Amino acid sequence: MSKTVALVGALAGTMIGLAAFTFDYAHGLSYFSHDPKACANCHIMNPQYDSWQGASHHTSATCVDCHLPHAGLGKWIAKADNGFRHSKGFTFEDFPEPIRITDGNSRHLQVNCLRCHGDLVHDLVAGSTSDADAVRCVHCHRDVGHGPTTGMGGPELVSAGAVPRGASNE
Amino acid sequence: MNDASRKSVSLPVLIGVAVAFAIGTAIATALLMNIFERKEEAKNQYIQIVEVNEDTTDPEKWGVNWPREYETYKRTAIATRTRFGGHGGSEAMPEEKIERDPWLKRMFLGYAFAIDYRDRRGHAYMLEDQEKTERLSKPQSGSCLHCHASIMPLYRELGGGDAVKGFEASYQFSYEELNKKLHDSGHAFPVSCVDCHVPKTMQLRVTRPGFTRGIRALAESDAPVPHLPSVERWRAGNRATPYDPNRDASRSEMRSFVCGQCHVEYYCGTNMPLTFPWGRGLTAEDVEEYWNSIPLGDAPRFFDYRHKESGAEVLKAQHPEFELWSQGIHARTGVSCADCHMPYVRDGATKVSDHWVRSPLLNISRACQTCHRVSEDEIKQRVDKIQQRNFDLMQRGGAALMGLLDAVQAAKAAGATDEQLREALELQRKAQWRLDFIAAENSMGFHAPQEAARVLGEAIDYARQGQIAAMSWSAPRSVDVATN
Repeated sequence: MSKTVALVGALAGTMIGLAAFTFDYAHGLSYFSHDPKACANCHIMNPQYDSWQGASHHTSATCVDCHLPHAGLGKWIAKADNGFRHSKGFTFEDFPEPIRITDGNSRHLQVNCLRCHGDLVHDLVAGSTSDADAVRCVHCHRDVGHGPTTGMGGPELVSAGAVPRGASNE
Repeated sequence: MNDASRKSVSLPVLIGVAVAFAIGTAIATALLMNIFERKEEAKNQYIQIVEVNEDTTDPEKWGVNWPREYETYKRTAIATRTRFGGHGGSEAMPEEKIERDPWLKRMFLGYAFAIDYRDRRGHAYMLEDQEKTERLSKPQSGSCLHCHASIMPLYRELGGGDAVKGFEASYQFSYEELNKKLHDSGHAFPVSCVDCHVPKTMQLRVTRPGFTRGIRALAESDAPVPHLPSVERWRAGNRATPYDPNRDASRSEMRSFVCGQCHVEYYCGTNMPLTFPWGRGLTAEDVEEYWNSIPLGDAPRFFDYRHKESGAEVLKAQHPEFELWSQGIHARTGVSCADCHMPYVRDGATKVSDHWVRSPLLNISRACQTCHRVSEDEIKQRVDKIQQRNFDLMQRGGAALMGLLDAVQAAKAAGATDEQLREALELQRKAQWRLDFIAAENSMGFHAPQEAARVLGEAIDYARQGQIAAMSWSAPRSVDVATN
């Protein structure tokens, strides 16, 4: 009997060890962190990560600041929900592209806009902002998080860094 | 008793537990392998198996190192069709454009395009289609191979190592002669990897002397080019060396420049080397002004052909995609040709440019939805509306030009001299240039809808002004007609 238990124990240990290694190899712990790099672990969101670095909010908000509920159980439920969907999608490659925000995540986003900017805009959003037909902040301010063209990087403006014509005449 | 009952229950349980762990281990291993594969995909952009160099024109060789790109490049042989462009179905030559729009045929009378002018096929067919066109029944210049073949090695051979010298000599060869040399040299391939990529680094580059010269002349002009920041920067600098796209342009600009090596307006005949007319700018008027400013042999002013019916010295527009795109909102927003025509595709954890160059309408999700977050249907309808409007306006342009030609014929029959019809013929040149500029351009106006409508509006106006001029050749003119 004790031999059998030992055998099952060894099997269990093998599985737990392998699972633990896989978890570590896939940087599993990083998903419990706040680090935006974790969101680009699987490369699918590289354009989103890159474009966030060039957009206005990168100095003040990371991925999870806008895309997940701020605190409490809701944060972990949303994290688990997204984590499961993304892992499943990337493993089986069965997700539609270009990737787009889901309705649920879009609601989290709106809540997070107001979490910081609520005082400034509370007169504008006196009614509900989470109804399906309510206008969301990002409807107009679409490029604050990732710039105007997420998949491609933004336009290079002529004025950026260029010497104005005629300046050398002085 | 206790021992016995424990034993009898625990054996199946133990087996069950063992099986559960075995399945769990198998799943964990499968996941590990999947993650490993994805990590590898992300790591190795490519593995160089065969060496490729400046003389490797055969795309299949490059395909060994870059199978993803090559696989999609090969698909340019697939027939595609959109509502306004391309051809579909069989391996046969595409439909005749000139049979569908009779005004095109009459517009081109006196020029080889009246003989044969078909819908386009993909990159894979560029050389074959050119070798087969019935336009070759008229003598054609070797210049045409600048864009229809992977020609750089042959240019180097002709120029004794100097490609630009070879390029300058190539227009004096007949098409057949140069085409034979091309086949003899073993480089008879359509546009190939080496034409846009540096073999060592795979970096984008332009190779075609026609483009290098054209863009240099554009940089040296003072035409505004807000969509090409590197040109503006070069202009602001000391201009010690000429503008060089391979040195000065950004990666995003290069994603348009490589296409601009060929998808442009040009002169490609037997009188001078291939010329991109960009010395005064990229709009239809700028290009017209450029052609007006240069002589053609003994003639003081350049023209492509003499119209068979009216005798007017007219211009033939090629396919000014790069020029029209330059006037549009996409260019101004920093969107390059490749962004829509070769959008990124994901394969596992790697991302490559789709080398199946084709209409974005056949690839809306990747080409458009990256920026435009509305449904495919909605996008398709918006584009269709834009193109339909352009098509309708263009038909009116064709009708107006036919009106002008009818009036000229009638005036000639009534005894009008060339001198009396000078103004009408001049207006034919202006009208026809503008109409053809949009008709020959391969986007049905989409590359810059407002600009296309403006150019067509002018075409219609000039055609009707010309019609009036031809109708009132004998009488003093009652209307004062502006020609500018």
